[in-house]
Amino acid sequence: MIKNISNLGDAALYCDFGKEVNKETNTQVINYFKSIQKKNIDGVNNLTPSYNKLIVSFDLKKTNFKDLKKLIESLKINNEQNTKNKKIEIPVCCEENFSLDIKRLEEKLKISNEKIFENFFNKEFFCYMTGFIAGMPFLGDLDKNMRVERLETPRVKVPKGSIGITEQFANIYTFESPGGWNIIGNTPLNIFDNSKEIDPNLINPGDTIIFKRITKKQYQNFNE
Amino acid sequence: MNKNYFKIIRAGINTTFQDQGRRSLHHIGIPSSGAMDNRNYLLANKLVGNRLDLPVIEFAYLGPLLKYFGDKINIVITGDVNFTIKTNNDELKGNCYETYNLEMGNELNITSTNKSVYGYLAFSGEFDLRYQWSSCSINTKARIGSNDGKKLQDNQELILSKISQNLNNKKLNYINTKIEKIRIIKGTNFDYFSEKGKKDLFEKEFTISKLTDRMGMRIEGQKIENIADTNIKSEGLIKGTIQVPADGNPIIMLSDHGTIGGYPKIAVVISADYDKLVQLTPGSKIKFKEVELSSAETLFKLYELETQNLISQI
Repeated sequence: MIKNISNLGDAALYCDFGKEVNKETNTQVINYFKSIQKKNIDGVNNLTPSYNKLIVSFDLKKTNFKDLKKLIESLKINNEQNTKNKKIEIPVCCEENFSLDIKRLEEKLKISNEKIFENFFNKEFFCYMTGFIAGMPFLGDLDKNMRVERLETPRVKVPKGSIGITEQFANIYTFESPGGWNIIGNTPLNIFDNSKEIDPNLINPGDTIIFKRITKKQYQNFNE
Repeated sequence: MNKNYFKIIRAGINTTFQDQGRRSLHHIGIPSSGAMDNRNYLLANKLVGNRLDLPVIEFAYLGPLLKYFGDKINIVITGDVNFTIKTNNDELKGNCYETYNLEMGNELNITSTNKSVYGYLAFSGEFDLRYQWSSCSINTKARIGSNDGKKLQDNQELILSKISQNLNNKKLNYINTKIEKIRIIKGTNFDYFSEKGKKDLFEKEFTISKLTDRMGMRIEGQKIENIADTNIKSEGLIKGTIQVPADGNPIIMLSDHGTIGGYPKIAVVISADYDKLVQLTPGSKIKFKEVELSSAETLFKLYELETQNLISQI
């Protein structure tokens, strides 16, 4: 349930689902997001679900904070889970030139790289949200002994396909972008297809992701 | 074949096609984009008799130099812009908000924006452009929109798919005013900042940094002191949001902003001041002023009314 709705500026609702970041809270956020999306409310511009928040931005020419808040509070929220959620395997290569931060991870986590990979691969991750850049999935949760801070100085360019980790989360850089997550490997799979108007994202909130380790040769042969 | 087109002799610094932008895509990470200064975008279309939601050319600082080939058209430039039109035997200095005929071989040279960032060029008709998610707006970072999601390039040809027969010349008396006090509403993490930090935000003068583009505007001045946490759990953003990262220098989200961010939100710029905010050039001094939500709503109504009045005068 939404704990509180406040205004973010004069043209958005800030719906707070509580402090906790976990699958249950996020499933509620996604339920609200999908229910509101289906209603196709006139004047609503964008819905941005995240771990434990939902931002509803609107056209101030058509509605306002007070009216839209009332409308959202009175909505019947359907249980939308399991509707279209997928299980997706992501092939990842951890060769030296892909696993950019493996040395830093070994130092910070105080475990060997093989142990890091063992903790990371073949486990189920839940997709909490997509965004920042087009199609980037925010996945969780990493094992407790795998949690590190962001880089002190973010990279200006993180290569396309990079798999990053920080805190309890993992993500995938869908195209070259600035970023501060610890890069553990790279996937040859295209995660965001900008030529598709329908479902350009391979991974969507609620999906389950499993990272599978591949060799350099498999990586090179992947798109042939 | 009756081909009407512009040849780009010089593309300019950041020249793109923009329209009203996209909606309902933030949840997959695609920002709204669209013309930065919405009022000047609408006025450009109206002056040449176009539908108000058609794409136009947006340029920043140094605009394009275009040579025209084809049947006579009307063009207009909005904003605060210096430009010339060169015909076979003459070169005239153009005025913004006044339409001009362009004929075969004429050259339109947009030399600079004047104490502002963005200007708009529209012509009577339509460019031949690809729509993506109902918009031609170019987002160069995600490579989305018309022109393969890229800035306009030198030597490119811009094909006009339709030109209007209506070539009535129009003129509007309008002068862009520069904003000095940006009005803001407290953000959702306002209390992450110290009493001194909050006071500094409203009392100190800030300078627009060079690190400013269609995604965001960095500002410098007194560093805003955080007493809670310099990170939040990543969550959605909207344009106008002012985030303060660990270094204490605020960043204002603009039309191509990332859809999710993890820095505390100290405030949000009110909708009525957005068009004027984006026109501030690096080095400009600004101050912030707090307003309540109800005042922000009224100020937007007034701003919108003023825009509609200008449109109806054309």
